[in-house]
Amino acid sequence: MTATVPTSPALVTAQSRSRFLGAIYAGNSRAILGRGLLATRTSNYWVVLSGFFEPVLYLLSLGIGLGSLIGTVTTSTGQQVPYAAYIAPALLAVSAMNGAIYDSTWNVFFKMNYGKLYEGMLATSIGPFDVALGEIAFALLRGLLYAVGFMIVMQVFGLNLAWTAILALPAVVLIAFGFASLGMAITSYMKTFQQMDWINFVMLPMFIFSATFYPITVYPPIMQYIIEALPLWHGVELIRGLTTGALSWGLLWHVLYFAVMITIGLIFTTKRLRALFLA
Amino acid sequence: MPEAVITASLLTKKYKDFAAVDGISFEVAPGESFGLLGPNGAGKSTTMRMVGAVSTRTSGDLSILGLDPNEHGPEIRAQLGVVPQADNLDQELRVRDNLIVYGRYFGIPRRQVAKRADELLEFAQLSDRAKSRVDDLSGGMKRRLTIARALVNDPRILLLDEPTTGLDPQARHILWDRLFRLKEQGTTLVLTTHYMDEAEQLCDRLVVVDKGTIMAEGSPAALIKQYSTREVVEVRFGSEKNANVAKQLKGIGDRVEVLPDRILIYSDNGEAELSEIIRRGLNPITSLVRRSSLEDVFLRLTGRSLIE
Repeated sequence: MTATVPTSPALVTAQSRSRFLGAIYAGNSRAILGRGLLATRTSNYWVVLSGFFEPVLYLLSLGIGLGSLIGTVTTSTGQQVPYAAYIAPALLAVSAMNGAIYDSTWNVFFKMNYGKLYEGMLATSIGPFDVALGEIAFALLRGLLYAVGFMIVMQVFGLNLAWTAILALPAVVLIAFGFASLGMAITSYMKTFQQMDWINFVMLPMFIFSATFYPITVYPPIMQYIIEALPLWHGVELIRGLTTGALSWGLLWHVLYFAVMITIGLIFTTKRLRALFLA
Repeated sequence: MPEAVITASLLTKKYKDFAAVDGISFEVAPGESFGLLGPNGAGKSTTMRMVGAVSTRTSGDLSILGLDPNEHGPEIRAQLGVVPQADNLDQELRVRDNLIVYGRYFGIPRRQVAKRADELLEFAQLSDRAKSRVDDLSGGMKRRLTIARALVNDPRILLLDEPTTGLDPQARHILWDRLFRLKEQGTTLVLTTHYMDEAEQLCDRLVVVDKGTIMAEGSPAALIKQYSTREVVEVRFGSEKNANVAKQLKGIGDRVEVLPDRILIYSDNGEAELSEIIRRGLNPITSLVRRSSLEDVFLRLTGRSLIE
């Protein structure tokens, strides 16, 4: 064997970047995303699939089962739709959320605190914004994967009521991006398992109460305001508008909500990674 | 002398009121093998993190490859190889993929990094473990993989924080051999250690660090010459008696150091001193004459042992 390390000239070329972004962004988040995909292929291939079934089971039990007793429901835009077609878009939003949250919270928590993965990444020319963007993009992909699967289930059961349902796919990306971004930002501040449990504590009621299974008009106004402030409600309303074909300019508010959520998440994740590993 | 690749002057890192690194100054020349020797908590790792451009200094000046790490972190890190104290290999990836993915973090094209990974696996003597899980490697193998990983971007400076801590003697020797080859090829090495034998084997020059400050600087041989004698006699009389016997050793050796478990007598002729001890009828339980080491230098400078 050869015992020497052959040196090749200039493996790494210095990139010229703006001074401000230079310290936090190397334009190489695809290396982080690539790492995520390779790791999934190597070690946790099957874990990925398990998260997909939860919303499907809800759809089958509540949508088909309970739906046969309920009949139709009036949406927030005044449309009468079958119960299954009412909850399906909500469950689509939930599957996007679940996929995005899974990777951006627990997985990030382990990488950060036990695997020391980010410490290793940030010892290279990668910047904290690359890490944030790459990890969030990876989490988002799982959300998208679940959502596409769920869309197919919806199509099979005839729950996509309008051609605009196809627009639910980019909407799902947006929703998953929002949840992944905020999820990672919050996780980056967490230090113990107990704190991580708070995330579950928030997720469950949000899942049940965000106009998922019935219109929020059943609540007193104060409750309605609280729910309307939470991200899942915006996701549910956005997707429901698209799959039932009730388009309106109002849907853009939901888009804006997620755009803000993404931005805040990215800023805080980047800040936190920098403070933790480059201070 | 060629321009230094690392220049630190009055480098300081404070955490609240505690100064982990308290105004240290040193230079490292290209191709040099430079060591920071000191006990745990001396500020070695903190210094390494600042040199690695992952920790910002509180005050003082630091220049790495002519750049200020506060301003040019990513550019500096692109030209460094880092072997951290605790292995942070990617447990979710196989051995070879660890190298490839790490190379990708530097933006090295996939084809190029794949070739590089194979060369480095060979260098680290891990070619037959390319597809293993990281968890299945021994401690020494993990360490070699970490070093291979640090070389993936063909760094101008290799930073090693306690490279052989926790390894068994055989694994340490294999690792030293690899590092020595890098040194022969002209790679600039900066390493921290609390093992004097490691410092003696690998460092051209070193600084002795204690409590965040530099106590002495020089080549291992020069430091030993300056701060110690050629030889040392180690005698043990039993933990109860050591202190009493020490009083009867007057006139023997240049200097006597009484430790809880043994007495060290510094002299240029150890055998002669040992004969004198025995002639005086002080029968040590065990006795040993050895060459002075950096351990003795450290003891002289700080009054404490390196490994406590």
